Amino acid sequence: MTALAATRRTPRIDSTNGVWVALGITLIVGGILVATDGGSLFGQNSTVSLLQRAAGLGIVAVGQTFTILAGSLDLSVAYVISLTSLIAAETMAGSDGRVLPAILAVLAVSGAIGLVNGLLITKLRINAFIATLGVGLLIKGYLEQGYAGPAGQVPVSFQHLGYDRIGPIPVSFLLFIGVAAVAWVVLKRSRFGHHLIATGGDLDVARLSGVRTDWVLIRTHMICSLCAGIAGLYLASRLGAGAPRVGAEGGYDLESIAAVVLGGAVLAGGKGGVAGTVGGVLLLAVIDGIFNQLAVDPFFKQVVRGVVIVAAVAIYALRLRRKAVAA
Amino acid sequence: MTRTDAPTGPATLGQSRRGRWGAGSIWPVVAILLVLLVAVGIRQPDFYDPPALLAFLKRAAPLIVLAAGQYFVIVAGDFDLSVGSLVTAEVVIAARLIDGDPAATWPVIAVVLAFGLLVGLVNGLVTTLLLVPSFITTLGMYLILVGAVYTWTGGSPRGALSEEFRMFGRRGIEGVPWLGEIPYAVLILLVLGTLAILAMRADFGKVLLAVGDNPRAARLAGGRVAGVRTIAFVISGGCAAVAAILLGGFGGVSFQVGVGLEFTAITAVVLGGVVLGGGRGSVVGAMLGALTLQTLLTLLNLLGVAGALASAVQGLIILAAVAIGGLRART
Repeated sequence: MTALAATRRTPRIDSTNGVWVALGITLIVGGILVATDGGSLFGQNSTVSLLQRAAGLGIVAVGQTFTILAGSLDLSVAYVISLTSLIAAETMAGSDGRVLPAILAVLAVSGAIGLVNGLLITKLRINAFIATLGVGLLIKGYLEQGYAGPAGQVPVSFQHLGYDRIGPIPVSFLLFIGVAAVAWVVLKRSRFGHHLIATGGDLDVARLSGVRTDWVLIRTHMICSLCAGIAGLYLASRLGAGAPRVGAEGGYDLESIAAVVLGGAVLAGGKGGVAGTVGGVLLLAVIDGIFNQLAVDPFFKQVVRGVVIVAAVAIYALRLRRKAVAA
Repeated sequence: MTRTDAPTGPATLGQSRRGRWGAGSIWPVVAILLVLLVAVGIRQPDFYDPPALLAFLKRAAPLIVLAAGQYFVIVAGDFDLSVGSLVTAEVVIAARLIDGDPAATWPVIAVVLAFGLLVGLVNGLVTTLLLVPSFITTLGMYLILVGAVYTWTGGSPRGALSEEFRMFGRRGIEGVPWLGEIPYAVLILLVLGTLAILAMRADFGKVLLAVGDNPRAARLAGGRVAGVRTIAFVISGGCAAVAAILLGGFGGVSFQVGVGLEFTAITAVVLGGVVLGGGRGSVVGAMLGALTLQTLLTLLNLLGVAGALASAVQGLIILAAVAIGGLRART
């Protein structure tokens, strides 16, 4: 009885709102810490760089949200990002007129990679972990064979995406929010979104209920790769050229999964959402920003990140268990 | 309460029927290994001279040890993504602590082993007591170890390993008739391999398999689920420590020693017929998977496939091998 009363009184902090609470606390505590250090967390410069850092990882993480919700995952995104940044920069080759063909080429290639991932997982029944790891290795081999360093050139007009901003908000961050908004609508309002959640919740039950789970998973993986492609476009515009190692060095594969899980998604699928992922991405970016402002050893940030991710998931898991005990 | 780690996706479906060639069987990997060994033999006939073969086993030993450790974790339905960073951390720690002083060798080896076991214990306890999916626990541990090692060394590894420390990865018992030199690495591999097989035959192994197959049923049947899962992580951490000692002997001290090894080890385990998500597969298969992967890399090297393209070919062959395994399980 007491346990039941206790759970009723505490607000639900299990899925997407938990990360926003954490984000609020981090902003307040971090703001005070930075202020006592003589800096400002909310100054124009630090806000802009904070939002820009969030944009790249955020777009990938939104895509990763789809695969994780469907009970799958995509480890190839880091290499897709590198590949698409190169495709974008090489197709554009510094000319304004070729921006559109380059974008179309990036979307086509990333969509095709997602299709391959999806087919390997559904038709050949390869575990998603191995399938996307293998596809990632294939792309990695191609990149290392063909490119020693940056290649291609992005025209100045396309660099607006990476550098322009409206007030304190970078265009790239708006792109991230736009992608997230579309993803939110797709997941919450479309039939595909409901099928995806059902597939992630229980594949067999979904299939027996008439959901074409294979097709759902294939589309899910295409969406995830497309998001990685968009992130590749953004990074190309930011760097001014394509970079064969930008994805792997940024650790986008594991960090995007971490951001999604930080947002309250359950790795086994069926639980979580885009709002949580956005919160998770912002939380990681804010922690980054605070540490930059405090001029803490950059490597030590990694340690804190690791602790935060594990601690957050532990809190979600313990809350879920308490609820299960109370119920 | 269902366990919520293991993002195994739909692939585990359809592998429910166990066959001679199906999921969990070691025969597909044996077949692939034989084909690769024949191919290597054709390309380089003196590969089968005992000394050359032993040298090959010596090179393969770290990955086989890592795969054996990873097997225990995977067969219980978990992942250990921290082993690559653990290997790097161990080598860097050892180099800094020894700093070229031979007298420090044995104490540091003890520290390295203890640290590996400790990291495994933390992974296991966080996963089982705090209910964090192992994918996240060990991903967090990976970030922590990488960050901590860089912070501790200030960005570049310092110190040097002593010759005595490197002996395990490099040297062996010399002057053995016919065989030439028996590398210490191969002896360590034999001991650990035997221990792993014995562990899987003991009660511990049976409970571990049951936990991976169905954790709820294992618990209801009286298995100490959290206990064996934790021990599996401790074993994996210990194996990573041993692999680090061996790898420290081969190469120089750098932050690159362990990069990507977690994925290579998991790939090797899966190649050996072990099913991600747990409950199926043998430790012999996992070790053969690692040997197969090493043979494949040797063959690609002999065929003159450059290092870069090798990862592409590796990816292709892994996909093919796992796909064939999965399809066979269905028919």
